[in-house]
Amino acid sequence: MNEDASLLKARPDRARKKWVWAVLVAALVLLLALSVFLGRYPQVGFLRLSQLRENLLAQLLVVNVRLPRLLTALLLGMVLAASGTVFQMIFANPLVEPGFLGVSQGAAFGAALAIVFFSASAALVQGMAALFAFAGLGFSYLLARRIRVGSWLLRLVLAGIAVSALFSAGLGIVKYLADPLRQLPEITFWMLGGLASITWTKFLAILPACFLGLTVIFAFRWRLNLLALDETTAFSLGAAPRRERLVMMIAAVLATSAIISVAGMVGWIGLIIPHIARRLVGSDTRRNLPAAILLGGAFGVICDDLARMLMAGEIPLGILTSLLGAAIFILLMARGLGKEVRS
Amino acid sequence: MSVNLLSFDHVAFGYSQARPIFSDLNYQLRRGTLSVILGPNGIGKTTLLYMALGWLQPSAGQVLLENRPLQVYSRAELGRRVSLVPQTERQPYSYTVLEYVLFGRAPHLALFGAPGENDELAARQALARAGIPELAGAYVDQLSGGEGQLVLIARALAQEPRVLLLDEPSAHLDLGNKFRLMQTLSDLRRDGTTILMTTHDPEIALAVSDETVLVDGSGSVTVGTPTDLLTADKLSQLYHLPVGALEIRSSHPGVTLRRF
Repeated sequence: MNEDASLLKARPDRARKKWVWAVLVAALVLLLALSVFLGRYPQVGFLRLSQLRENLLAQLLVVNVRLPRLLTALLLGMVLAASGTVFQMIFANPLVEPGFLGVSQGAAFGAALAIVFFSASAALVQGMAALFAFAGLGFSYLLARRIRVGSWLLRLVLAGIAVSALFSAGLGIVKYLADPLRQLPEITFWMLGGLASITWTKFLAILPACFLGLTVIFAFRWRLNLLALDETTAFSLGAAPRRERLVMMIAAVLATSAIISVAGMVGWIGLIIPHIARRLVGSDTRRNLPAAILLGGAFGVICDDLARMLMAGEIPLGILTSLLGAAIFILLMARGLGKEVRS
Repeated sequence: MSVNLLSFDHVAFGYSQARPIFSDLNYQLRRGTLSVILGPNGIGKTTLLYMALGWLQPSAGQVLLENRPLQVYSRAELGRRVSLVPQTERQPYSYTVLEYVLFGRAPHLALFGAPGENDELAARQALARAGIPELAGAYVDQLSGGEGQLVLIARALAQEPRVLLLDEPSAHLDLGNKFRLMQTLSDLRRDGTTILMTTHDPEIALAVSDETVLVDGSGSVTVGTPTDLLTADKLSQLYHLPVGALEIRSSHPGVTLRRF
């Protein structure tokens, strides 16, 4: 018994890491609370409580504009970070993000198609973006099954590159056919990403898909570790690696395509946040997935706050996430990206 | 309880129809034995192991575990009965050894489950059985080759399997680590673990095995005790070597092989 008890001694770092969760949750709650009051109306900076009580327009602004936008920014960060973690595990590659496998290019192609050929109703642009994002994954998957060289993961990557290239070429054709004064700017703006047009309706429309995707990923978070191992190893551990990877990919792409459909192309979050989470709480996805979700949510909210605050006009969100994401990436590389990654 | 834990019953397998690897393989792995599959590179040793794991399915015949075909077991059921120590393993992220060994608890957990205190206890016991309890807090990507191999064994033991499969466990080990590994394997066998491992190294077979399974490319296997099978004649036939060359290759200067 004594031996058992000594075997069970808690790891010293476990207690030490508890404060990380407290800080992450507290910081996110504080950030959300502050962001509700932050904006450019009635003045640049924070809205005062007295103004919120007395100014009807301010109330409407907070409830109908800022809140849905804030919640979408939160959801966007959470979904992209969680999906990024999923993809980095499934492909056992820390440089993968949820948009590859034809998902991002598919979405862009679908949105452009709707803008140019189908009168650009907002709902249609979203629907087509989500549809083609998923089609990107579907084509990549089916193509990978047809390829006869290399491992399953290599085949998926090859198929993803080919499908992305096809959609990218398709996007080029659609752009070429677009009306340069009316439609082309709209395509360009959509591809830069942004949450300026978010309403409660849009938020509620994407919420079920995002919630479902996040729930499946969260519930599966420990087992995600197994999917980064070699296929035979995962199999010997009692997993069904191909089936489980497919389920996780569908969950991640379901949520990602829902977000892309209303926010356009927002890059880098899915790549950079999982790295920071691993640095913070270790490689075990049981811990770093929830950390990535919290950090991603915070990153999304901060970027969107900056997007609507920094200048009188909006800065497209995708530009900000790329700017900040690339800067953090450079910083991480300079301080040894390989620390949490086997060279 | 049947004596035979794992049976290959008229098994045929080939990666292409033109080049069958096994045409009529019959072999029984007895409970509590340490059996070594011996043969040159590329002859089908790992194929045999992967069929025992259920990863590869025979094109004819069947593989039985405790008298039931492997296919009737669910993924988790099989994971609780058969575990694999791969030759090498991709480790893309830097886990602690304990986290890594806990992966072996997966077949004991629900699909959406995560290991709890009992699993951690089982993992630490597995580390102790593999002889490396002190490595629990180390990082898997900072271990030596020998330690890494023992961690993989510990993870396989954490599955609490009926049969432990090892694929060329000594392939990347130096002499000292090879001896440590053989010691661990013979300790496990003494505890009653059934072990089936591949090797291209006759020394290993001679040193630890109860039974040797020769894969010679004939489509089947020859089974016998190591002393019966590992004669200079048979080995030189198997590896296409003159007897003299074999004798020189199989002894390290200054080291006397002993049977564990």
